[in-house]
Amino acid sequence: MDVTARIIGRGVLAGAAGGLLAFGFGRLFAEPEISAAIDYESGREAAQAALDRAAGIPAEAAEPELFSRAVQADVGIGVGLIAYGAALGALFAIGYALCVGRFGPVRARALALAVAGAGFAAFFLVPFLKYPANPPAIGRPDTIQARSALYLLMVACTILFVVLAAWLGRRLTARFDTWTAVLLAGAAFVAATAVVMLVLPPLGHLGGGHAATETPTPLRAPSGRIVYPGFPADVLFRFRLYSVAAQLILWATIGLVFAPLADRLLARRGAATRAPAPVPLDA
Amino acid sequence: MSLPNSVPADTPVTLPISRSAVVLAVTAVLALAVYYFVGVDQGAVSVFGNDTHLHEFVHDARHFLGFPCH
Repeated sequence: MDVTARIIGRGVLAGAAGGLLAFGFGRLFAEPEISAAIDYESGREAAQAALDRAAGIPAEAAEPELFSRAVQADVGIGVGLIAYGAALGALFAIGYALCVGRFGPVRARALALAVAGAGFAAFFLVPFLKYPANPPAIGRPDTIQARSALYLLMVACTILFVVLAAWLGRRLTARFDTWTAVLLAGAAFVAATAVVMLVLPPLGHLGGGHAATETPTPLRAPSGRIVYPGFPADVLFRFRLYSVAAQLILWATIGLVFAPLADRLLARRGAATRAPAPVPLDA
Repeated sequence: MSLPNSVPADTPVTLPISRSAVVLAVTAVLALAVYYFVGVDQGAVSVFGNDTHLHEFVHDARHFLGFPCH
């Protein structure tokens, strides 16, 4: 079997393992926060319906429930996280296959951690800084198109900038030592990312709003009296913290599981075709 | 398969990208499809029309992974 296909197979395996661990973590820590957010949403809808009735507006019909909360919280999140982990593990393996042997004398295992760190930053952490993860009840349904487009654009830009920074760093090592080359490439990445973050709008501005986010503020009666509180800050903080933690678990698992597998695979390859010539830097 | 050059121990081999291009491209397309169906489909855009079974099933994962959900 082709060595690249083997690399990808190991990446998918490591990613699925990472997704499984992230699922275990999420089931324990995130689901209580998701339940709290859904309870908040239900209470707010009831309060809104009471205000509408008082104003003589007919209440909206509730959406039918396709899956119970138990199925969503016990099965759906697990399937979603494991599938996501396997897919990202495959993309990680592609990045690894493209990088291995092309960045000077980096060990197979160390490169696995470096690529996993880059994947964590590119696919999640940097986009999260601009458009953080939100629990249910946050986000207006009428802006889902714009929010999805902006989020995916942010992810695509970050991935592009990581790839370009790696390419730039590799070019710069011809003129600078590794330390300086990595710092320069990192600075270029930060600068490019900052420009995109400044140009893209905050979510609260979508649909004619002027807030920084779409997090619900207190619901007020026409008299101005608060009839339902704003979204609980602690629930939001914990949900986002656990979201980052789950991605960290996922990517750390990808790097740590993949590293020894790749080491064995490539050591075998190296032993079979051992030659005294240096690794080519063109490609 | 033979590889162009390699150094033992600390410098891994270089994989032949041109010969693996098909494997890499097919993998990338499949992985991005899974990413799309877990994170995006039946939200802002949908390939299954108005159906929301997939959206509702992976609902919690979608929120937790940082995607805008609804």
